[in-house]
Amino acid sequence: MDPIIILQAGVASGTVLLLATLGAIFSERAGILNLGVEGMMLMGAMSAFSVTIATGNGWLGLLVAMLLAGLLALLHGVVTIHFQADQVVSGLALTFLGTGLSLVFGEGLSKAGAITLLPKFTVPLLSAIPVLGPILFTNQSVMVYVGYLLVPLTWFYINRTRPGLHLRAVGENPTAADAMGINVYQLRYAYVVLGGMLCGLAGGTISLAISPGWFSEATTSGQGWIAVGLVIFAQWNPWRAAFGSYAFGALRRVILDIQGPKVLLGLPNPFFYNPYLGFFMQMLPYAFTIIVLVLGSRASLRQRLGAPAALGLPYVRGERGH
Amino acid sequence: MTETPNAVEMQNVTKRFPGVLANDQVNFDLRAGEVHALLGENGAGKSTLMSMLAGLYKPDAGTIRVNGQAVSFNSPRDAIARGIGMIHQHFTLIPSQTVTENILLGLNEPRFFLRLSDYDKRMSELGERFGLGITPQAKVWQLSVGEQQRVEILKMLYRGVQVLIMDEPTAVLAPQEIEGLIKTLRAMVAEGKSIVFISHKLNEIMNVADRVTVLRQGKITAPPLRTADTSIPELARLMVGRSVIFDLHKKDQMPGETVLTINKVCANNDKGLPALKNLSLTVRAGEIVGVAGVAGNGQRELAEVITGLRSCTSGQILVNNEEVTNQSALAAIRKGVSHVPEDRNQTGSAPNLSITDNVIMKSYRQTPLANGWSLNYGMARKTAQVLKEEYSILAPTVETQARLLSGGNLQRTILARELSAKPKLLIAMQPTRGLDVGAIEGVQRLLLAQREAGAAILLTSEELEELFALSDRIVVMYEGEIVGEVTDHDTEKIGLMMTGGKQEQKAIMNS
Repeated sequence: MDPIIILQAGVASGTVLLLATLGAIFSERAGILNLGVEGMMLMGAMSAFSVTIATGNGWLGLLVAMLLAGLLALLHGVVTIHFQADQVVSGLALTFLGTGLSLVFGEGLSKAGAITLLPKFTVPLLSAIPVLGPILFTNQSVMVYVGYLLVPLTWFYINRTRPGLHLRAVGENPTAADAMGINVYQLRYAYVVLGGMLCGLAGGTISLAISPGWFSEATTSGQGWIAVGLVIFAQWNPWRAAFGSYAFGALRRVILDIQGPKVLLGLPNPFFYNPYLGFFMQMLPYAFTIIVLVLGSRASLRQRLGAPAALGLPYVRGERGH
Repeated sequence: MTETPNAVEMQNVTKRFPGVLANDQVNFDLRAGEVHALLGENGAGKSTLMSMLAGLYKPDAGTIRVNGQAVSFNSPRDAIARGIGMIHQHFTLIPSQTVTENILLGLNEPRFFLRLSDYDKRMSELGERFGLGITPQAKVWQLSVGEQQRVEILKMLYRGVQVLIMDEPTAVLAPQEIEGLIKTLRAMVAEGKSIVFISHKLNEIMNVADRVTVLRQGKITAPPLRTADTSIPELARLMVGRSVIFDLHKKDQMPGETVLTINKVCANNDKGLPALKNLSLTVRAGEIVGVAGVAGNGQRELAEVITGLRSCTSGQILVNNEEVTNQSALAAIRKGVSHVPEDRNQTGSAPNLSITDNVIMKSYRQTPLANGWSLNYGMARKTAQVLKEEYSILAPTVETQARLLSGGNLQRTILARELSAKPKLLIAMQPTRGLDVGAIEGVQRLLLAQREAGAAILLTSEELEELFALSDRIVVMYEGEIVGEVTDHDTEKIGLMMTGGKQEQKAIMNS
């Protein structure tokens, strides 16, 4: 029970949540709620693993994962943007579709042999920082570092660039954005697909780096839903998303590791002797997700948290004239 | 030919919408450096005409010239590229973004990085040049409606428009803000820009415009007139097609017993923020109390707490000395409260139901309409027929769906329901908003008839003229409080109160 090692593993595990949460943030900032995160992640995890086994190339695996998850998101886009269907219903259906497809195509994959994983490395200099160095920069997967980079980049893109300004406009007031000559439909499609690709990347990160392998639904074990909840908790802000993701990632590791030793802090370890306590702890992130999602469905609270004003609403170009 | 070349010339412009000829062979010209008013009732085709100039629609026939060159716009962008911009009644702003961000929206510059501080500086400079006191860093949701309008103007100025079209710009402003707007328009004209000012308010047009073109039912009723050579009665006649009597006959009468007593009421708005703050008010029988104030200062919430649609967090409301605080809408109806809500289509009527269903919606519980637990539909239809005649509701039959009625007819339907209940207390919210002059007169007469019949009436209106004409007393609301009461018709005093100018004085009075 070395806390440094637990936190190191926690950051790795949180990277999966982070990538999916950032993806959902892009989509929701453009005004499209996508509850299909879990399905897209599973699709990503399955296809990345499958392609890597077949080709021995993990990068190719990630690429295919992003493409397939992006394709699923595009489907959600067509249903909700073009046909203006309910985003919640379409998103739930997408989770079923993604889960179903990956279980069918992933049949037999769990018996596949060892694969070449994505590389791990230690960053010189940065790893020498006391405490933080060993946790953040020592022997981590390349995807963990990608996560570090994506957080500030996403924030900067959304808040400090012209395309980011347009992204926010489309999610806040599509009518006004349209009037200012911004192509609302095109942008919404673009960000739904981008969000889906990041969810696919999150899935591939699980099966190729963080907990390698294909274990059917247990590969993601509901992390997609946690990501959906984290978006609300993060108030659509990448920095807060990073905080939430790593905290939950660490929590997952702590719950796993705390059940190991017989003695904890000099006392008999209750988690060792009573497995139900462990089960209870494992439930907590999901309970959190349910609570956040229920609270987040209240319009007034969402408004106060700073949700994009047009989130969940299809944009219908107003009929001009009277 | 005039000495100055025309900035815009529209010739024989025709525009048809399904079932409506919105513009019929309209000619319009705009000189460089003038304010040109476009006058007409609602539905006369003013906005349609200007929407074609601004690139929102394409004319079915006719030509548009800008600085002598024929143009054909496919989008507002095209029009802006030729220096023509329009500010609509509904602003196109993103509340969560800053002023600068809103102005930069949709432009090709900046290419990628926003560099907001650079642009903030430019916006400040531009705003100062035209007397628009605006903080570029402020988020739009923090701004008042008047300030938001200035952001829209700045947006157009930043895009370099030479011709600015403003659709009913004063509808949302307090009197002092209107003065500020006029100053800005003057500064723009002084730089050689031209303004098209769409309005149906005659005083305003005489005050602001150099020339005026009058539209009625899609046609020009007179060649452009210089405001200096015309008069309000002449313009009114051109606009309506007949002489309009501006004086309503209001009988002198002494108010009777107190009907409505509001005692230190507090209530929250939909966002859970305080909308009414310790508000006290009384209305007596046979008295019209006008409520002046810029929209959104608690008027809607006030009407809703009285009519049982919203609960108070504290305080007390009495109707004829009976408590109605935090009871239901039904309780209010039973105590003789009638409500003409601000929102005719959602609160005031059920759009998909017939006129019959809409007019019996309040009285259906009582005989003769109710027959035990069933409705006497023959009786209902008969009642509706009578009301349709009495209130001159123009519709094919009483089975016509409410959503098919025009604004004036829908409002008469609502009034028929509310007034036929013989109310002791009538809450009338913006009862004439959006109606044309003839319909306004009819509604105002109905209100005065209720006053003579001894009803207590609480009236809100955005038109100070209307409040002056109808009210016995006028109270001014600002940020959920009554900040003052006037009995004389002092526009300036009311305007100051509407913008919070009397706050300090009131604080002294209270202490």
